[in-house]
Amino acid sequence: MQISSMTALELGRKIRQREISAVEAAEASLARIREAEASLNCFVTVDEEGALARAAEVQKAVSSGTLTAPLAGVPVGIKDNMCTEGLLTTCSSKILYNFKPTYTAEAVLNLEKAGAVIVGKTNMDEFAMGSTTETSAFGVTRNPWNTEHVPGGSSGGSCAAVASGEVPYALGSDTGGSIRQPSSFCGVTGLKPTYGTVSRYGLIAYGSSLDQIGPIARDVSDCAAVLETIASWDRKDSTSVKREDCDFTAALVDDVKGLKIGIPSDYLAAGLDEEVKAAILKAADVLKTKGAQVEEFDLSLVEYAIPAYYVIASAEASSNLSRFDGVKYGYRAKEYEGLHSMYKKSRSEGFGEEVKRRIMLGSFVLSSGYYDAYYLKALRTKALIKQAFDRAFEKYDVILGPAAPTTAPKLGESLADPIKMYLGDIYTISVNLAGLPGMTVPCGLDAKGLPIGVQLIGDCFQEKKIIRAAYAYEQGRGPWELPAPACVAGTADAAGGNGGCADGGVRTAAGSGCADDGARTAAGKGGI
Amino acid sequence: MANIISDETMEYVGILAKLELSDEQKEQAKKDMARMLDYIDMLNELDTSGVEPMSHVFPVNNVFREDEVANGDEREKILKNAPAKKEGSFMVPKTVE
Amino acid sequence: MAKQYETVIGLEVHVELATKTKIFCGCSTAFGGAPNTHTCPVCTGMPGSLPVLNKKVVELAMAVGLATNCKIHQFCKFDRKNYFYPDNPQNYQISQLYLPICYEGGIEIETPAGKKIVGIHEIHMEEDAGKLIHDEWEDCSLVDYNRSGVPLIEIVSEPDMRSAEEVIAYLDKLRLIIQYLGASDCKLQEGSMRADVNLSVREAGAKEYGTRTEMKNLNSFKAIARAVEGERARQIELLEEGKKVIQETRRWDDNKESSYPMRSKEDAQDYRYFPDPDLVPVIISDEWLEEIRARQPELRTEKLLRYKKEFDIPDYDAGILTGSKRMADIFEETTALCGRPKKVSNWLMGETLRLLKEEGMEPEELSFSPENLAKLIRLTEDGTINQTVAKEVFEKIFREDIDPQAYVEEHGLKTVSDEDELRRVVEDVIAANPQSVSDYRGGKKKALGFLVGQTMKAMKGKADPGVVSRILTKLL
Repeated sequence: MQISSMTALELGRKIRQREISAVEAAEASLARIREAEASLNCFVTVDEEGALARAAEVQKAVSSGTLTAPLAGVPVGIKDNMCTEGLLTTCSSKILYNFKPTYTAEAVLNLEKAGAVIVGKTNMDEFAMGSTTETSAFGVTRNPWNTEHVPGGSSGGSCAAVASGEVPYALGSDTGGSIRQPSSFCGVTGLKPTYGTVSRYGLIAYGSSLDQIGPIARDVSDCAAVLETIASWDRKDSTSVKREDCDFTAALVDDVKGLKIGIPSDYLAAGLDEEVKAAILKAADVLKTKGAQVEEFDLSLVEYAIPAYYVIASAEASSNLSRFDGVKYGYRAKEYEGLHSMYKKSRSEGFGEEVKRRIMLGSFVLSSGYYDAYYLKALRTKALIKQAFDRAFEKYDVILGPAAPTTAPKLGESLADPIKMYLGDIYTISVNLAGLPGMTVPCGLDAKGLPIGVQLIGDCFQEKKIIRAAYAYEQGRGPWELPAPACVAGTADAAGGNGGCADGGVRTAAGSGCADDGARTAAGKGGI
Repeated sequence: MANIISDETMEYVGILAKLELSDEQKEQAKKDMARMLDYIDMLNELDTSGVEPMSHVFPVNNVFREDEVANGDEREKILKNAPAKKEGSFMVPKTVE
Repeated sequence: MAKQYETVIGLEVHVELATKTKIFCGCSTAFGGAPNTHTCPVCTGMPGSLPVLNKKVVELAMAVGLATNCKIHQFCKFDRKNYFYPDNPQNYQISQLYLPICYEGGIEIETPAGKKIVGIHEIHMEEDAGKLIHDEWEDCSLVDYNRSGVPLIEIVSEPDMRSAEEVIAYLDKLRLIIQYLGASDCKLQEGSMRADVNLSVREAGAKEYGTRTEMKNLNSFKAIARAVEGERARQIELLEEGKKVIQETRRWDDNKESSYPMRSKEDAQDYRYFPDPDLVPVIISDEWLEEIRARQPELRTEKLLRYKKEFDIPDYDAGILTGSKRMADIFEETTALCGRPKKVSNWLMGETLRLLKEEGMEPEELSFSPENLAKLIRLTEDGTINQTVAKEVFEKIFREDIDPQAYVEEHGLKTVSDEDELRRVVEDVIAANPQSVSDYRGGKKKALGFLVGQTMKAMKGKADPGVVSRILTKLL
């Protein structure tokens, strides 16, 4: 089997058994990246040199027996909104085009302690605001199943990188569905943990009360193993929760007998694509066959989650993103007159359209006279949504539904109409508002050959229930083939519009020219 | 469209958010914001009287640090990404006082 | 007859709390480090960094609240105050708007006009901003984040004050309470206590308040008094001219003794407060509150009464001694060491105050140790040195905190009480001053004093004047 077709745990096992060295694993990942990036653009930064050096170091620890973790030596891609010391971290925004953090995010540190080898930073919607990875300042990422389609977002780079075999797994972040929806679009498995399970320290905030880091991988077992590694009670994150039940791999049990699964009938209502609906119901049948009790129920309030989310997330974002002002780091406009002009020009030139749209909305809903009508109203709605889930989880162990109303749309189709784009988040957003864990597992392809994912939602701190359901489903579903590497490379022509990728599109950390200015190779991507 | 965003409001939001838009962008932003607010007004259909606004989903509280110095001098690191610096400080256009 | 106006004043007092570390990170709060040497990702607003609350800040804020008769919000939260300014690295300040830790308190002040209660609307916790230094050579400002994140409490009074005297009395009282609690050193010059003055005027007898202005940059009690007078005059002049007072923030320039508006149109003053999602609520249990209450030290009023009762110190002296935490500490510690409260009080009320005045120092700046003052008192008590020498030694203690015992030994300052040695000196003095001797013998008793003085002078002050006087009388 090719290294690029292995799951993270398989590759880790072979590294521990000395069948493959960590350096070989890193080289295989880098080779795959070189091959596929021209057509996909999953990465903002590829740290070839750093990855190889790190792999050699990890290999020594593995060889000497000091490192025995299941993921030791396995390459990983990190979404570009997590700080990595000395390695460019841009949030796919021009405003952080040259930012090299002075510390590493806690979740990433946890991975490093377990011997992970970071090969690069993955592309995303700018500041995680978007559902298609088209709002990146460093060019769009394309869906490995069909490069005319988006990979979803905002963790589109991470999901596409896993789907195309560039890395066996990646970290993403999920504020309103940003792990689960692109996982669905890319045919990979993604998990958004209960709020507070993974430290947010070093995750560049979008909506602080909603953001959560989680794994994206080829299967459920990998997701459980990665989550087990990154989850930690972190004193540096006040919202971090102390949990005693982080042995998530213990839930990898092929048994759902008696498990009560509810399907919100509101999730199957108008707006849901028929093919997606059929695939979801088929997935439910698989679980039913295995002994789960499945029934439809009325969750209620589903449509109100979107407006509540956009008020809360935009309000928090307007404040979180005010630190990007050209004073301490990142982009500063070249010409300005005085302080406020510097602020305005740096921010207006540095942020993209969608980010500005949300900052302005957020500033408005918090402004004098509107706070009660918008912000507090949204927080009250959030409380009602949480209550609705509480009621549901009195009856069910797991809620099952789609992750998105459709399969991946074509590039350029979504951005034109923001409301329509926001509506695409309808099945994922309420999970963030209620702080719940949610997971997407691939469950079929539509007629166009694009993947469909089934979403499993658990009550807070009940990751194990959804992992067990997902694992059992996976066993019942059978093997899932990701697009063959050759197939992906063959579609390179389709990415012609990606602008100036003649060099193969791979940016290396060393060559990214961050010290000077915006002229870094990213400019060649037509992004900025 | 129920909500209409005036030029003054847009100007004001620009001051609050420190964003500067071209006239063309401003027109688009006015439309976008009005549409978003129309959509958000959907929340008014919900009766939320008597519901406490929920900022944190979990009742986590009293997370503290002890009062012990944990950090040393990190000046060099802190200034590393500064677009402009001088004498160990961040440099900004003259602030008027 | 000209209209009579009443001045209505409320204060917003910011006090830097005496913690070792900042409010949301483990950086030192030490004053005066090189720029940006007490910084980390949290207090410089690095992307991805998160705040964690310093427990001591909550306890000190509670202590100040209890000492100023406030109620405590046992469920309190932090909010973000959003505004752009380079001294504020996140471009929002973490503060408390909706549920400040303390509310509805007040303290009693006394001025020549009488006693009154000044209400405290609330006390909230927040973070301090960094410092901006305006560059002399280039058209730029430099930002130092050492102060960024230093814990502050803001004490917001009710508009209960009517004159500069009341303002000073209130600030003085507040300062003493906070110093006694050990919650802050409250140095106006170093900025660890800062007051913003909200002031309006109205015609005497009017029910409604006038439009108020807020004045900032007041860094001494004198500047505050001048600013109150200046702003009162400015507002009255406007009203007399039929103009209106504009609600605005003004900066006081103490050199020019005038104020000017501070903000431009780029400052909308719409802070878009909302609960900080990065911090969790603070829940103060009854037990915790009781623990803080039990730990409250004796405050000034109680101390003053105790000094009068326990040590029989007169009212005025007790007032001076307790008028500074440092002074009271020295008094009590020295008394505990030497058991002579009256003597200790005399040294503090006399020589100490004299030297403070001479040096232009504040009592809080006293740096000598109670041990050395106690030793000095013992040396005078057992007659090792006399009062004249003691004063000389005290000055050394005051300035350099020397050990009086060692100093007396080293400089040979012990009182000479050997009668033979003294008699020889007295004989010399009698021989050298025949006029005084005959005056004395002629009935001018005053001449004895002169001769004692001459003897003391010859002994370089080291003689016991009583003994000298006895020998003189005998010999004459």
